[in-house]
Amino acid sequence: MKLRMLITLAAASALLGLLFVGLGLNSRDLPSPLVGKPAPPFTLESLEDAERLLTEQDFIGEVTLVNVWATWCSTCRAEKPLLMELARGGIPIHAFNYRDERDAALRYLSVSDNPYRTIAYDPKGDAGIDWGVYATPETYVLDAEGVIRYKRIGPLTRQLLLDEVLPLIEQLRAETLRAEQHASEARRLAQS
Amino acid sequence: MKPCILQVRRILSLWLLVAWLPAGMAMALAIGQPLEFGSTAQQRQYDTLVRELRCTVCQSETIHESNAELAADMRRRVYDMTRAGHDAEAIVEFLVQRYGDYVRYRPPLQANTALLWASPFLLLLGGGLIWWRIVAGRRRMVQCPVFNARERDMLDRFCHGDDTGRPR
Repeated sequence: MKLRMLITLAAASALLGLLFVGLGLNSRDLPSPLVGKPAPPFTLESLEDAERLLTEQDFIGEVTLVNVWATWCSTCRAEKPLLMELARGGIPIHAFNYRDERDAALRYLSVSDNPYRTIAYDPKGDAGIDWGVYATPETYVLDAEGVIRYKRIGPLTRQLLLDEVLPLIEQLRAETLRAEQHASEARRLAQS
Repeated sequence: MKPCILQVRRILSLWLLVAWLPAGMAMALAIGQPLEFGSTAQQRQYDTLVRELRCTVCQSETIHESNAELAADMRRRVYDMTRAGHDAEAIVEFLVQRYGDYVRYRPPLQANTALLWASPFLLLLGGGLIWWRIVAGRRRMVQCPVFNARERDMLDRFCHGDDTGRPR
């Protein structure tokens, strides 16, 4: 009798434990299969200049952030001051203007700060699917080779930046620097 | 004055949207929008696929049912790729590469889904074990009954023709 009660108690607490773990999980935090893969190719007009075509190559070259935003997305608006701080701190930020209207986006940027270096205009969400965009805002960290090293679905927060994004950027920059040093050393050796 | 202009613009854009829907390709696909296919096989493939892919924004809906814009984009991708002659496997693979296994409503059998696939059988096994133990316990009781003094007393009375069950 006692054993049976113990078993029941153990089973009930196991179920409760599962429930508790489940409460702590955010069902929107999905692992992105794109982390560790090269930035997906795209060809889109620049938001500012319809004549100018941008590709993924315009995002690649140094350690950068790629932010997906739209004017209809209020969370993106709330997130922007933080992006501004990053941009002022010397972190290049590229962007997809996602499922938006060009006029609205340009007007919005003209009356407020613009943290973005380049903005690709993606009104139909074409690049959005290739980049695995769920919902705005989303932010990717690309290393200097253009490999996606991090992805955040939802807004960046100061805590997230301090805990995850900024250390990662620092680490990636150090990696890039080391790789460059190796390359120049190899060149020097080859010349001598 | 401005809201008025905005309203006119909205109506205009709505009209444009409706007018352009038959053109299909340029816009995301609305739910139930009639589509043209090269063959019935393509149509069947599209109809199956949109019911097997999960809308990643509204996670309890397939892209067939979901009103989310992302679902509309995904429907359009599935449609375009189907028309372009890609087979179902390639299309699912395409979306899995971008959104992960999560987009499939029918998860593949692999290491991290083994428990998921095994769970019905494990539950059945567990239930079977409990059932077997209960049945076995009852059978043991019938074969070798254990009575307390009061029950023995009652049995005794039944055996001697007193069926009231009342104590003497």
